[in-house]
Amino acid sequence: MDDKIRQYFEENFKEAMVRLDTFRDQLSLYIRKEFLVDICRDLKDNDEFRFELLADICSLDWLGQADETEGRFEIIYNLYSIKNRYRLLLKVRLPVENPEIDTLTNLWQTANWLEREVFDLMGIHFTGHPDLSKIVTPDDLEGHPLRKDFPLTYEVPQFSWNKNDPPEVIR
Amino acid sequence: MNTAAKPRRTMNLNLGPQHPATHGVLRVELELDGETVVKATPHIGFLHTGIEKTAESKLYYKVIPMTDRMDYLAPMSNNLGYCLAVEKLLGIDVPEKVKYARVCLTELTRVMSHLVWIGTHALDLGAMSMLLYAFRERELIIDLYEACAGQRMMTTYFRVGGLAYDLPKDFDKRVKDILQKVPPGIRDYERLLNNNKIFRQRTIGVARISAEDAINCGLTGPSLRGSGVNYDVRRANPYCGYEKFNFQVPLGKNGDVYDRYLVRVEEMKQSLNIARQALEGMPEGPYRAHVPGVVLPPKEDVLSKMESLIFHFKIITEGFHPPKGAVYQAIEAPKGELGYYISSDGSAKPHRMRVRPPSFVNLSALPKMVEGGLVADVIAAIGSIDIVLGEVDR
Repeated sequence: MDDKIRQYFEENFKEAMVRLDTFRDQLSLYIRKEFLVDICRDLKDNDEFRFELLADICSLDWLGQADETEGRFEIIYNLYSIKNRYRLLLKVRLPVENPEIDTLTNLWQTANWLEREVFDLMGIHFTGHPDLSKIVTPDDLEGHPLRKDFPLTYEVPQFSWNKNDPPEVIR
Repeated sequence: MNTAAKPRRTMNLNLGPQHPATHGVLRVELELDGETVVKATPHIGFLHTGIEKTAESKLYYKVIPMTDRMDYLAPMSNNLGYCLAVEKLLGIDVPEKVKYARVCLTELTRVMSHLVWIGTHALDLGAMSMLLYAFRERELIIDLYEACAGQRMMTTYFRVGGLAYDLPKDFDKRVKDILQKVPPGIRDYERLLNNNKIFRQRTIGVARISAEDAINCGLTGPSLRGSGVNYDVRRANPYCGYEKFNFQVPLGKNGDVYDRYLVRVEEMKQSLNIARQALEGMPEGPYRAHVPGVVLPPKEDVLSKMESLIFHFKIITEGFHPPKGAVYQAIEAPKGELGYYISSDGSAKPHRMRVRPPSFVNLSALPKMVEGGLVADVIAAIGSIDIVLGEVDR
């Protein structure tokens, strides 16, 4: 199956491919973001592959790593073909200045919440999303927690002996 | 009188977040036209604790206790998914005995999770006594947990490369006891519910979702199989030695609440069957893999051998360093496909740990199921997709 996918991309989306990567028997495809929707539509409708299930959308922040040169953010689209029992990871790199990518909500309804979560936690904008709003974090929280420059903090609990002190936050 | 020009008046109703039938702190904003739901918008995030972010600051083995707290009704499934993902990342294999023990315990976990589901779901629909019956059987499995891990719920029993402790001496006896006592319970539930007039009226044809829509909404697990789609991770991409077990994947036809109920009940029987096979086939052997520098050495060696002591010290203080790369490991949790995407940058802490939560994705299909139906059916639909809010929000 890996070879078929490889061949299919060589033939149809040669200009979209950045590189291929296999780690622990899992094929990952790095693609350019402009082609994402076209590729997904093709993979979904193609009778041979039938990647019908968008299992997951995940995001990564490569801040401070050697990988950052390729683009700081990475979005991973986890496609699954029920017919072939095969999983494919499509990966897209996005630069820090303009973390924006087209939405997949027109193809999969499940992309709605998954993209909202990525937007909320990583601050990636999905153009064309019907309702791109916060989903898990409180409304008054500023920033995107999963970014590496968002500090982990600890708030000192207030007891009777320190209830009058101002709230203390340890970074 | 010109009634046609009158604007349609709708009413907004908040269901939850503190309503018992929402199975946790879920708030659903309903727009109602009389009794009909025009629009349903779930609001989540009340339980968000940032587990994915916290995991990035912890050593690999210290993440395991946090996975318990996501789907707290099926802690061992969460442990299993995480441990398998880290083992895949490290490229290590575990002894046969560990595989069998893990399969046995996760299948009992599935039964346990479904027992809570059947109790609460039936309670929502008016069958009050079901909860007590279901919890009676669940208690046996919880006791087994306690015997294995010393904890009744947050077990953290599976570790990277094996188990935390060896199985208890009376493991066989306890599991056999469960295998003997739970099936009559399940028969009781079926007798109480399958032909119960009220239950059938409240579930048949309610919150229907077609196979195509179910896949499009990303449903997995019993909620997807209720619509007749044959996708079970245990069968499709076996992990942990599932290819050696003989079991059936129950499928529904209509994709309504009743079919999802039937699928889950049948799944409980299949799970008990798998647990029996695992118990009978369990070989003797060590309960941890022998991988110096990654898996803790046996305690006796730590007390008597210098190398083991050093390894023990190094693993606890420094952790282990998986190679650079990223893996995705999916397992069939009671609620659906539970996946862990772990990215490693070569350090002793995960660079990123993403959980693919089945409850979160299944819940996003709720509007699709309930819109156009009656307001009372929303409760039935929420029960039938079997969500745990700890996992939805993480």
